[in-house]
Amino acid sequence: MSETGKSRRWMLYAPLGLAAAAGAGFWVMLRGLQTGSYNPTGVPSALIGRTAPDFSLPPLDGADRPGLSAADLRGPLPGPVLVNFWASWCVPCVAEHPQLMRLSRDGVPVLGINYKDKTADALAFIRRRGDPFTRLGVDEPGRVAIDWGVYGVPESYLIDRQGIIRWRYAGPILAETLENELRPLLRRYA
Amino acid sequence: MIPELGHFALALACVLAIAQSVLPVVGAARRDARLMGTAVPFALGQLVAVGAAFLCLVWAYVVNDTTVVNVVANSHSAKPLIYKISGTWGNHEGSMLLWVLILSFCGAAVALFGRALPTALKARVIGVLGWIAVGFLLFILFTSNPFTRVWPPVPDGRGLNPVLQDPGLAMHPPTLYFGYVGYAVTFAFAIAALLEGRVDAAWGRWVRPWALGAWCFLSVGITMGSWWAYYELGWGGYWFWDPVENASLLPWLAGTALLHSAIVVEKRDTLKVWSVLLAILAFAMSLLGTFLVRSGVLNSVHAFANDPARGVFILALLMVYVAGAFALFAWRAPRLAPTGIFAPISREGALVLNNLLICSIAAVVLAGTLWPMFADILTGARISVGPPFFNSATAPLAIPLVIAMPIGAMMPWKRADLWAVLQRLWWAAVAALAIGFVTLAVAGYPVWPVLGMTLAAWLIFGAAADIADRIALFRRPGQAFRRALALPRAAWGAAIAHGAIGISLAGISGMGVATDTLVQLQAGQSTRLAGYEWRMDGVSDVTGPNYRARRATVTVLKDGSVVTVLTPERRTFIVDGQTTAEAAIHTNALRDLYAVLGEERGTAAVLRLHHNPFAPWIWFGGLAMAFGGMLSLSDRRMRVAAPAPKGATVPA
Repeated sequence: MSETGKSRRWMLYAPLGLAAAAGAGFWVMLRGLQTGSYNPTGVPSALIGRTAPDFSLPPLDGADRPGLSAADLRGPLPGPVLVNFWASWCVPCVAEHPQLMRLSRDGVPVLGINYKDKTADALAFIRRRGDPFTRLGVDEPGRVAIDWGVYGVPESYLIDRQGIIRWRYAGPILAETLENELRPLLRRYA
Repeated sequence: MIPELGHFALALACVLAIAQSVLPVVGAARRDARLMGTAVPFALGQLVAVGAAFLCLVWAYVVNDTTVVNVVANSHSAKPLIYKISGTWGNHEGSMLLWVLILSFCGAAVALFGRALPTALKARVIGVLGWIAVGFLLFILFTSNPFTRVWPPVPDGRGLNPVLQDPGLAMHPPTLYFGYVGYAVTFAFAIAALLEGRVDAAWGRWVRPWALGAWCFLSVGITMGSWWAYYELGWGGYWFWDPVENASLLPWLAGTALLHSAIVVEKRDTLKVWSVLLAILAFAMSLLGTFLVRSGVLNSVHAFANDPARGVFILALLMVYVAGAFALFAWRAPRLAPTGIFAPISREGALVLNNLLICSIAAVVLAGTLWPMFADILTGARISVGPPFFNSATAPLAIPLVIAMPIGAMMPWKRADLWAVLQRLWWAAVAALAIGFVTLAVAGYPVWPVLGMTLAAWLIFGAAADIADRIALFRRPGQAFRRALALPRAAWGAAIAHGAIGISLAGISGMGVATDTLVQLQAGQSTRLAGYEWRMDGVSDVTGPNYRARRATVTVLKDGSVVTVLTPERRTFIVDGQTTAEAAIHTNALRDLYAVLGEERGTAAVLRLHHNPFAPWIWFGGLAMAFGGMLSLSDRRMRVAAPAPKGATVPA
C-alpha cells in the first residue's frame, strides 16, 4: 500500500474518534447534571456558596421602601431572603408576581432590584399589582445585574441566614417552582 | 390486570429480540439456512408482542386507569377521547414504546416484503434490527416502564400539558418516529453490508426505498412540527433553530444525502463507502436527537422529563450502536472498493456536490447545536448560538446547493455537457430573474427575501424545465401528453420534490418581509397593519370541554369591506391552571393574517397582529416534498427491488 492508501485508512477512523469524543463530552455533562456543575436550564452561578457581590442601590422614588445594598445581605440575618431582579416591561415578571406576593405574606423578605426600568413604570407596576418587596433598589444602568451575572429578568437568588447565596433561578417563579423548589429550600435554610 | 399483561408482553418482546439479534446473524455467518430462517418468525413475533404492550397502554389511557403512574402523570378523565389516546405517546415512556413499536413494525416489513432479498443479507438486517430493539426494550423495562402501578389509586390524573392538547400532537410524534426508525433500517442494511463485506447495486436498490420512505415521513414530521410551532406557540415564527428542531433536521439532512448517494451506488456502483457511512450517520443523528431530548443535557421548550439515569442509559445505547458501527466501518470499509469511475461534470458528479454541500450544512447545524454544551464543559463559558449564526452559516452553503439542483437533475450519467444543460434551462433562469425583479419592485430592497424568491423561482421553473425536457414539450408538443404518462413516476417524484423545496423557500422568503405590531385596543378601536384595518370588537368568555377562555373578536377590513373575523383565545385549563394562547389565522394561500390575544388591561386588550406573506407555502412545500418522495416510492423499479427494465430513463 502507498502512503495515500495509509492515510485513507486513517480517515476511516475519523468518525469513530469524533463519536468517542462526543460520547465522552456527553458523559461529563450527565455527571455534571447530577453533581450540579452542569445545568442547562439556568446559568450555573459562580456565586452559589458565596456571599453577594458588593453593591449599593438607591431606593425607588415614591415607593416608600429603603434601597438595597450588599450590607443588607450580609449575615447574620433573621432568616433566608429572596433577591429578585424584575422590570415592569418584563411579561414573565407579571406571571411571577403572585408568588412573590404570597412569599411576602408568609413573612419571607423579598428584596427587589428593579432592572433597567423607568421610575414611573416601576411605580405603576407595584401600585397595580401590589408591592411584595421589603427593600427595593433601582439598578437603572444594569451595572449591579452584571456583577451578579444576571441572565435576564426575572431572576431570583436565595440567600441563607449567613448571607451565603444558595440558589439561583433564571426565569419566573411559578406556583410549581415555589412549591417544589423554593419552599423546601426555605425550610432547609430556615 | 391489563397493565400487567402489557408489562409481560414487553418482557416477552425483549426475550424475542435477544433471540432475533443472535440466531439469524450466527446463521448468516455459518451459512445455516435453518438459523437464518428464524429471522422472519422472530421479527413477526416481536411485532405482535410490542403491539400487544402498546395496546395495553392505550387501553389504560382510554379507561383512565389511575393505578398506572404514567396515566396519572399525563392524563385526566375530563380529557377528550382523542387526546387520551394521543396522550399515550405524549410523554417519555409512551413515546419510547411507540418508538419500539414502529421499529418492530419496520422489522416485520423487512421480513414480509423482503422475499427477494438474498437470505444472508436479510437475516443480518433483521438481526441488526434485533440488536437495536434489545437496547431500547431494556431501556424501557429498566428506566422507563410505562406500566408501573401506584397504590392506592389516585382519584384522577394530573392532566396533560395543554400546549400538547392539539391534533398536531396526535400525529406529529408518530410521523417523526417513522422517519427516525426508517433510518434504523438503512442502518441495519449498512451494518449487514459491512458484516458481509459487500455493497453492490442490489444493496443500493434495497436501501433507497427505505431511505426515501423515512425521508418522506421525516419531511412531513418536520413540516408538522414547524406548523404546530407557528399556530400553537403563538410566537408567529415557524423555525427557531431550537436544539430539538435541529435534532430532527440533522437526520433529515443526512437522509437527504443518503437518498442521493444510494442512487449512485445503484446506477454506477461507486460511492459505496460513503453511502454506508451516510446510512450510519443518518441513524446516529436520530439517536443523538433522542439522547439530547430525553437526557436533560439541553434546555428546550420541547424537552421531555429529565432523568440523569435515563440519560446515562441512552448514552450507553448511543455509544454501543454508533461507536460500534463506526468501529466496524473503520475495520471493514476498505473491502468495499469502488469499481465505477467518475467524471466531475456528470450526474454522479452533481450528486457528489449535493452530498458535500448537504453534509456541510449538517456539520454546521450539528456544531451550532452542540457547541454551547461543549463550550460549557470545556471552558465554562455560557454562550448561546442562535438564529443569526445558523442563518449566516448555512446560507452560503444552501445557495450554491439550490443553484446546482436544477442543473444536476438534468445531467446525464457518466459524462455531461454543462453548456447543453444550461441551454435547456435558460428560460427558467430568465423567469427566476424576472420574479426576483418583481419582488424587488414590490417589497423594496430587503436582500435576503429577494434572493430567496429568485432562487425559489429558479427551483420551481427548473423542475418544470426538467419535466418539459423529458416529455419533449417544445420539440414534439403533439406527443408530450403521451410521453408525460409514460414518464417514470420516480422522474415526476424527483421534479416535484425539487420544485417543492422552491415552494418552501418562497414561503420562507415571504416571511422575511412579514410585519407585526403589538397594540392595546379598547372595544371598537382599530389599528392599521399591512394595508388592513384591524378592529377589536370586544372580548368575551368561552367555555371549552376542559378549559375556560377569553376570546377576542377582531374584524379585519380592507377598503371598508370585511375580509375575515379572527377570534384569538387565551385558554386557561381547569385541571392544572395553565394558560395557552390560541392564535387565530386567516389564510388565502398568498398571505396569513395572524392574531394573538395577550393580557387584558381593564377594558382594553393587548393584541399581537401579524401579516405573513406566503407563509402557508412553507408547509405546503414540505408536504409536496413528501408527496414527491411517495410518488417516487411508488415507481415500479422501487417496488421490492424489481429488476430495472432495460433502457428505462434514469431519474434523480
